[in-house]
Amino acid sequence: MIKVQQEDFSLASEYEALWADAPKIGAIVTFTGLVRDFNADESVTGLFLEHYPGMTEKVLAQLVEDAKKRWPIINVRIIHRIGELKASDQIVFVGVNSEHREAAFAACEFLMDFLKTKAPFWKKEQRQSGDTWVEAKATDQERATRWQS
Amino acid sequence: MVKILYFARLRDQLSCAEEQFELAVGKSSIDEIKRQLAARGDPWSEVMQDMNLLVAVNQVIVEPTAIVEPGDEVGFFPPVTGG
Repeated sequence: MIKVQQEDFSLASEYEALWADAPKIGAIVTFTGLVRDFNADESVTGLFLEHYPGMTEKVLAQLVEDAKKRWPIINVRIIHRIGELKASDQIVFVGVNSEHREAAFAACEFLMDFLKTKAPFWKKEQRQSGDTWVEAKATDQERATRWQS
Repeated sequence: MVKILYFARLRDQLSCAEEQFELAVGKSSIDEIKRQLAARGDPWSEVMQDMNLLVAVNQVIVEPTAIVEPGDEVGFFPPVTGG
């Protein structure tokens, strides 16, 4: 299940869906990303999330396929929010279930690392002095590169 | 004709979200399209020469040597910052 949506999501409902899915499941790993305090810059008043409709869903579906080839995971749920967000809002959810924990832990981290470097989302910080597009971080790229070895 | 889409910082810099673009010949490489767009002068030349510029054809990231055909969708965008 992959969703790109403006609305907030319920961690409890997502967890329930991963729990209910199959009798073989022995592990559920979930990650929830929140909007940080905007680099501690008080002039930032909000965040806007843009994406490339169509391509975003394709990229995320491919990442799920890649993860399934690499680890014996059973189901994956990904939600990414778009539009206007405030500090502490939930922004992204990745949930994975599997028979054993190793696969779910690894796949969840793999999916987040590649979501951050491959999925076409862009953040814009809103300030009183005008809006600024957020720069990509080299550390995110390095985290994704680790999986290639 | 191909549809070209511009996203995020690029759309702001170019004041353009989308355009229909006539290929000079039947097919064209991304590099050739970039050269033609850059020939419009600033801000186009600056954007097209950015080393970090990413390009997708039919919603799949490609190298600048990729070939574009009529009816294709080309997307130009900066490095992604989601999550």
